[in-house]
Amino acid sequence: MAEHAQSENPEEFKKHLGRYYVVFVALLCLTAITVGVSYLKLNRPLAIAVALIIATVKAGMVAAVFMHLISEKKVIYAVLVLTALFFALVLLIPSFTAYEGHHIITGT
Amino acid sequence: METAIPHLVEPHPVTGIPNGKFGIWLFLASEVMLFGALFSSYVLIRVGAPHWPPEGGLSSEVLNVPLGTFNTAVLITSSITMVLAWASCKMGSLPKFKLWMAATVGLALVFLVVKYFEYSDKFHHGHFPSHDNFYGIYFVLTGLHGLHIVGGIVVNTYLLTFGSKLWNVDREWFTNRVENAGLYWHFVDLVWIFLFPSLYLL
Amino acid sequence: MSDHAHAEHHEMPFWRKYIFSVDHKVIGIQYAVSALVFLLVGFSLMMIMRWQLAYPGQPLPILGKILGDTAMPGGVMAPEFYNQLGAMHGTIMVFMGVVPLAVGGFGNFVTPLQIGAPDMAFPRLNMISYWAFLPGGLIMLASFFVQGGAAQSGWTSYPPLSDIAPAGQTIWCFGMVLLITSSLLGSINFIVTIVQLRAKGLTYWRLPFFVHAQLVTAFLLLLAFPPLEAATVLQLMDRLAGTSFFLPSGLVVSGEQLKIAGGGNPLLWQHLFWFLAHPEVYVLILPAMGIVAEVIANNTRKPLWGYRLLVYSVVFVGFMSFVVWAHHMFMTGMGTTMSTFFQTTTMIISVPSVIILTCFIMSLYGGAIRFTTPMLFATAFLPMFAIGGLTGLPLGLTASDIYLHDTFYVIAHFHYVVAPGTLFALFAGIYYWYPKATGRKLNETLGKIHFWASFVAINFVFMPMFFQGMAGLSRRLYDPTIYAHGRGVQALNVVISWGAWGLGLAQLVFIVNFFLSLKSGARVAENPWNATTLEWATPSPPGHGNFLTEPVVYREPYEYSVPGKANDFSPQFSPEGDGPARPQPRGGA
Repeated sequence: MAEHAQSENPEEFKKHLGRYYVVFVALLCLTAITVGVSYLKLNRPLAIAVALIIATVKAGMVAAVFMHLISEKKVIYAVLVLTALFFALVLLIPSFTAYEGHHIITGT
Repeated sequence: METAIPHLVEPHPVTGIPNGKFGIWLFLASEVMLFGALFSSYVLIRVGAPHWPPEGGLSSEVLNVPLGTFNTAVLITSSITMVLAWASCKMGSLPKFKLWMAATVGLALVFLVVKYFEYSDKFHHGHFPSHDNFYGIYFVLTGLHGLHIVGGIVVNTYLLTFGSKLWNVDREWFTNRVENAGLYWHFVDLVWIFLFPSLYLL
Repeated sequence: MSDHAHAEHHEMPFWRKYIFSVDHKVIGIQYAVSALVFLLVGFSLMMIMRWQLAYPGQPLPILGKILGDTAMPGGVMAPEFYNQLGAMHGTIMVFMGVVPLAVGGFGNFVTPLQIGAPDMAFPRLNMISYWAFLPGGLIMLASFFVQGGAAQSGWTSYPPLSDIAPAGQTIWCFGMVLLITSSLLGSINFIVTIVQLRAKGLTYWRLPFFVHAQLVTAFLLLLAFPPLEAATVLQLMDRLAGTSFFLPSGLVVSGEQLKIAGGGNPLLWQHLFWFLAHPEVYVLILPAMGIVAEVIANNTRKPLWGYRLLVYSVVFVGFMSFVVWAHHMFMTGMGTTMSTFFQTTTMIISVPSVIILTCFIMSLYGGAIRFTTPMLFATAFLPMFAIGGLTGLPLGLTASDIYLHDTFYVIAHFHYVVAPGTLFALFAGIYYWYPKATGRKLNETLGKIHFWASFVAINFVFMPMFFQGMAGLSRRLYDPTIYAHGRGVQALNVVISWGAWGLGLAQLVFIVNFFLSLKSGARVAENPWNATTLEWATPSPPGHGNFLTEPVVYREPYEYSVPGKANDFSPQFSPEGDGPARPQPRGGA
């Protein structure tokens, strides 16, 4: 059962290590940027947009490279697509209450 | 004693993965929904509030941004040490694995210590979860995330110590376990990447 | 799977074999038996409650004295106790009864057998699931004994009421966290098992319908339960740490303003709760449909009509069940856009449900039906579920829901889905797989008495509730006779209560049968029902590791009465498809 753990050539494998360091540095830079931008005191919608976009890019890099999602098996993609769908749905909950309630109060 | 379960180590011919990796991804899917629901609750309560934080001021003035930034860097670093621990297994070196894994656990502990100072500072000023919903959300989200860190420390410490005996029995199985622990650990990092700007900066 | 494993299994100490077992069959039976006990407890709470509804304000004979002065001052039920009974009845039946029986019990016992696996993918995780479930259930029950009694804010635990309720509600939250964790771990296990451990030749289109139903159910649990876990954590914080996630500013309780920070939103709970609880309805019904499919195919001796259609429908129902939750909240002022959206999705989800039911009815057509006890329950499921389902339509339409919302009509509607619907299907499953689990058949005569008595009684319980609801009678009323429109339909309450107690008597027949047949039921071989799916290739009961030789699947799941064959069933595991061929044990054991 064992012993093909090293089926991939270790030397071959070593070449891939570089990208982990690249992502690591990129993550640190993006963290610095997102903190730096917060001191600019942008207006609220813009600040939210910038912060969340940077966070999404960072999360995407962690998922793609550290979690190897960039070259993963189909069954995992399928599970994640399904999850993303329902995750989006759960994020819609605030708009189902707050905004509709707001409409009623203001009569629009 | 245990029944032999197929695809414990060798990947399934159709899905291409062993059971454990599929299981951990499903677990992460449910975690996405858990944190998604909490994040959603945060947004809902926040848009319903006239000011945020309710006491006035800015989140970045109430929470300690330098400490938060430092902790973000700590978690990101622990993510790469985790990847390198797994890569060391892949390349057949247990000592290197132990080195990187010990670094991962150490960085996780640093994160918790910093978190402890942040929390005790808040408590010292009488800012408990009941103070207002800003603190309520802050403590629930970071507290739950902190519990996940603790869980990761437990798993990683096990792999570092008793769990590493498996290396001598079945290297591939052990490497898979490290990979699964890593997937979980990166996810915990990923959650923090969203929590940090939304709680501290916005 | 080897003989080696088989031999060692006999040396396992009692506690490893039956208490902290990692064998999916033992765990399945543990789940099923615990769930049946919880169902009995939950039903008993309701039988006590029905006294107050039938004879409001009159002292309860015998029990009134036993239950003590806090619950029953002078033998008359206190309103707080009435509320506890109602809230705990719902919680126990849904989270500790039906789901653990349908998913934990049948899912665990049958699924690995039907897919030809030696066990679940993660046997130890399976054991942990059960040992999270049981303490969760037990502390729920223990909450009756704390100061102020058990949870009393309804099974939905709506805040602000639940936030300010006595300590029993905190225990409810802790119990829920354990039950949810158990279900989450279980669902991961089911998905991995079904995807990774299917026997050779068992493609998705050869899976028994029951397995498809379990797979969809597992996904519902996996993705819908975490939001409720989040909500429960938030409620715990509200109760223990004094936060105000669900408490609005300026909340006044008993004439005094609460000393809280405020700024919370009670509707948040409702959204998170129903985000789980509507898929939960399908978690209850899908495994039940799976069981009905197995039993119908087996007893009509013909293939299921529209097998692929059934599978597509069940997947579609699973999807849609996530986008209908707010139809429970039409009365919360969501605004017309949202109401229209959820009204539309609700109407859409009824389509695949009707397709599934139609397939089952078409399956009966032209069959040489054997009316065994499981088949009686499965057949009764069809009209009962139809009544439950169709009466749901007026509730899904906003206009009629305004009138019917929170009346006894709602109670009647969902009980028809869950009690004579799901529970009858689960009974069908018990009668059908009991021989596989124990090696003996349940007594048919007692089974038929159980069925007919339950079938008649249960309709006396729930049918009159439709009339009460249409007369405007609200649910959760301690004394319905305080309203004139309640007095008009009070006579029906007496009928319902006696129906419920009769239903209780009928279950005694089942309990007696269950234990009697363990000792003296007719012994059976591998395949007593002449069925086609893989679980019937194993010995009854199957040993550790299930299959004596690795099973191979040669055909689709329901090949009954294939023309030109000697027997009227062609098992999936038989290469010739001709009769009771079974894998030969290695070494002639």
